[in-house]
Amino acid sequence: MTMKVGSRQVDGVTIVDCSGRITLGEGSVILRDMVRDLLSKGNKKIVLNLGEVNYIDSSGIGELVSAFTTTKNQGGELKLLNLTKKVNDLLQITKLYTVFDVKDDEATAVKSFK
Amino acid sequence: MAMTEQRVSYTLDSSLETIDCAEEKATRIATELGFAEDEVMQISMAVREGAVNAVLHGNGYAPDKKVILAFEHTGGNLVITICDQGKGMDLSRIPNPLAPENLLKTSGRGIFLMRSFMDVVEIRPSQTGTELKLIKHVHGPTADGKEASQ
Repeated sequence: MTMKVGSRQVDGVTIVDCSGRITLGEGSVILRDMVRDLLSKGNKKIVLNLGEVNYIDSSGIGELVSAFTTTKNQGGELKLLNLTKKVNDLLQITKLYTVFDVKDDEATAVKSFK
Repeated sequence: MAMTEQRVSYTLDSSLETIDCAEEKATRIATELGFAEDEVMQISMAVREGAVNAVLHGNGYAPDKKVILAFEHTGGNLVITICDQGKGMDLSRIPNPLAPENLLKTSGRGIFLMRSFMDVVEIRPSQTGTELKLIKHVHGPTADGKEASQ
């Protein structure tokens, strides 16, 4: 299953709904392009909803890190929402769980932005 | 790989398709050998990461260079070998991705993930290519219903 992304606005926060696989190649590029496009349009409060992401490889992990740092460097914030067990486990073993702000429900994620 | 066979190998191009192909073959073979669902995921991801390294960092997508992928069911082990035809790699230069200064790097986690998911990971670089060996012990009943010996 290839990756699909779609964005929507909730109280000034951009929710990016992701589904499929974030892997080397198309999946990583789609996510990268989406985040860069949002930032270029001034959307700096971003939540990546990964609830429908069923697979992610090291390149996909790198893309999440890239999205996080790119957003932060432009004065924004990027948070993760609804991690599947597989993605959660990967972030735990790579210690990235300590880096990302991870939320379990959308309302809490939206309210958490300053 | 049919379970009656003990070893099968594939010669693959240095392309993105090879990476998906390697992952799919690993998933199928690990499933046929009776690995649990989470172990199948670990094996397929380790093979995917190995294939990424072979295609990108080893062969550099070169069309004249191949990736050799082999699966062997021997004793109580699934042994997977991935060979590229690149210039080898300097293992001493692989950073620890868990070090605080490396946490926000966007690459360098592939070998770490392989080591996290497999029982044995051996990397043998040379000037004519790198050989990666991944081993996973078969814990459950094999496809023919016999307990695998350890």
